[in-house]
Amino acid sequence: MRGVGRRLWRGAIAFLFAIALWQAVVSLTGVPRFILPGPGLVAQALWDNAALIWENALWSAGNLGLGLAIGIVLGVETALLLTLSRRARWLLRPILVAAQAVPVFALAPVITLWMGYGMPSKIVTIALVTYFPVTSALFDRLMALPTGLADLSRLAGAGRWRETLLLRLPHAFPGLITGLRLAVVYGPLAVLIGEWVGSSQGLGHLMLMANGRGQTALMFAALIVLATLSLTLWVIVEALSRWSVKRLSSA
Amino acid sequence: MTAPAIHMSGSLWVGGSGLIDAFDLTLPAERWSVLLGPSGVGKTSLLRLIAGLPCAARLDGRITATDGAPLATRVAMMAQDDQLMPWASALNNVIIGSRLRGERPQRDLAHRLLVDVGLGDHAARKPAQLSAGQRQRIALARTLYEDRAVVLLDEPFSALDVLTRHVMQDMAARLLYGRTVVLITHDPAEAIRLADRAWIVSRRGIAPCGLPDDAPPRAPEAAATLSAQAALLQRMRQFCAPKAA
Repeated sequence: MRGVGRRLWRGAIAFLFAIALWQAVVSLTGVPRFILPGPGLVAQALWDNAALIWENALWSAGNLGLGLAIGIVLGVETALLLTLSRRARWLLRPILVAAQAVPVFALAPVITLWMGYGMPSKIVTIALVTYFPVTSALFDRLMALPTGLADLSRLAGAGRWRETLLLRLPHAFPGLITGLRLAVVYGPLAVLIGEWVGSSQGLGHLMLMANGRGQTALMFAALIVLATLSLTLWVIVEALSRWSVKRLSSA
Repeated sequence: MTAPAIHMSGSLWVGGSGLIDAFDLTLPAERWSVLLGPSGVGKTSLLRLIAGLPCAARLDGRITATDGAPLATRVAMMAQDDQLMPWASALNNVIIGSRLRGERPQRDLAHRLLVDVGLGDHAARKPAQLSAGQRQRIALARTLYEDRAVVLLDEPFSALDVLTRHVMQDMAARLLYGRTVVLITHDPAEAIRLADRAWIVSRRGIAPCGLPDDAPPRAPEAAATLSAQAALLQRMRQFCAPKAA
């Protein structure tokens, strides 16, 4: 726990330093508040619009959570299916490779066109940008079983299913973590892009609206809430990563 | 369990180029056969072919058990490293074969084997918490747990310091007694110490070599062992010399 306390302490110091730097830039350059509001103004906007921000944040966070969950579950299932079935690999692997070359974010307008301005189009966009990194990072590790363990499995006479469950999956867990790291970076981006393309709710929508009305401080407030959401996800993945290193690899 | 002898003949190829020229040898039943040769000569390929494992080299010939039954299901293998599950305890590493086959693991047996290899107190430890020598002992316990008639050893002691290596050699000789063991190594001292029969592997083929009369494991400091070792090294230098030299 001392390590956690120290990390929190360091984080707090760094946070305060960033705020101070921000304030210094605002004070020294005298930049107008509708271009760059100072931290005080943004805090004020956060406080004054708490209910509005909360409502929109809840909507975005709900989409993000659901989209991530769907993307991760489907990604893990696809990676396992590809590992277990040679035919699935033959058919799906090229599609998977090609899909990585397509910037999935560019599909957001199309998805909105098909599914409308509501939650479904947002969830699908988030799930899509999550699905591919999770699938490919996990699948790569699943297929990269060390020779010694592959030999062991073969000489023991293991079936593909047991080999995958007992050897490949524990070995591939760091791959899943890699996928999750990417997912929690892409997920919030997909939230923004999905909402910018067309939405009547959410933090991204709120930012556009505030921008249109010259409420720069409110825009920054929404941005900070979204960043906090991202950071929370990142902290969860880091904790999972630390746990897995401890549990799965060494001490 | 009666262990078979292994007969292998033919030549070894990688793509269109020859790796080992024509050979024909019988590795005796229930004895230690040692294949000695420099790195990269194709020793590991021979071992993988005996085990029926995927292998970059191609055998133009055959490897058979002298009792006519298939080999692959009667083989256990122990390599230099890279063979334990880092996430599992010593005990769970020993019983993994059972779990991979969907059988009920024999934990008592596994524990007895860990005691045999001197790791009775370390059953719950993970590989990273143990020394290289202790990890190899887990691998040995697992090999014994699999209880196969044929045991293939791919330089299992090469990465160990010299004292640990001696302890492990004695332990392996004692615990694997009565099985058909094939050991590959690049170390003449190890070959002399453990072999009932020994061969030198080179591009030009596989040639038998002489050994002291006493039974292995031979005392490393005995005069006969040392002179046999020197003679073997001399032979290796002639037999395995690069063509251009």
